[in-house]
Amino acid sequence: MVTLGDYLFVSGLLFTIGFSGVLLRRNIIIIFMSLELMLNAANLSLVAFSRFRVDSLGMPNYHAQVFVFFIITVAAAEVAVGLAVIVALYRARRTIHVEDINTLKF
Amino acid sequence: MSPAFFWIASALMLVFGAAVIINRNPVASALSLVVSFLGLAALFMSLDAFFVGIIQVLVYAGAVMVLFLFIIMLLDLRVEERRRINFVAFAGGIAVSTIFFGQLYLVIGRLRQATQPFPALSPNHPDDVRQVGLLLFGNYNLPFQIIGVLILVATVGVIVLSRRELR
Repeated sequence: MVTLGDYLFVSGLLFTIGFSGVLLRRNIIIIFMSLELMLNAANLSLVAFSRFRVDSLGMPNYHAQVFVFFIITVAAAEVAVGLAVIVALYRARRTIHVEDINTLKF
Repeated sequence: MSPAFFWIASALMLVFGAAVIINRNPVASALSLVVSFLGLAALFMSLDAFFVGIIQVLVYAGAVMVLFLFIIMLLDLRVEERRRINFVAFAGGIAVSTIFFGQLYLVIGRLRQATQPFPALSPNHPDDVRQVGLLLFGNYNLPFQIIGVLILVATVGVIVLSRRELR
């Protein structure tokens, strides 16, 4: 029997993987992929709650799924703009290591 | 939803999700991300959210992943050279994510609903594409149009950013 807690547990584990990716990796493209992992972990818990809140007609709560749709759309736009920023950064500095990009540090 | 399907799909998602941050080759990371998202789409479908699952495959495994691979190959990134690891930052990162997950685990453990099974759907409920579409063009019509403007602005922004010299 799969419960709501199992889905939330798996979603939390995926979020933690993405979070540690952002903290541990120094390659900016990998950091970007980790951000996508975290967004998708949030989507998984939203869909799990949507399936859990069944209304009196026996239908899941579709508002959460519309919210997931919006999150996916915004994430796709974010990926496009973010990768364009990375390309512009690479043209200017010839590096994508976050340790080499420290102009704004201190 | 059978437990075996759930655990196989989530193991697929988590193992390849971990492979994204462990691999040193960016192309291997991007391909692991595709497999991880396919596992996630399978989990969405096990929750009877077929529309979201299909959108997940189309947008992530299709569009976003091609974009990532395109950029990796455009920048011609090779396997990144081993650098000296900053051990304080590394241990700090591990500690922060462990504490974060422990906290999350405690909260889920205390949630009363977390141990209840999912309630059954009515056998003749309408398909979810119709219901999501009705909500999207009814209740959420204004946010839907704002999202359209957002994508237009993102498109213009990408074109401006990727011009040869920025003014």
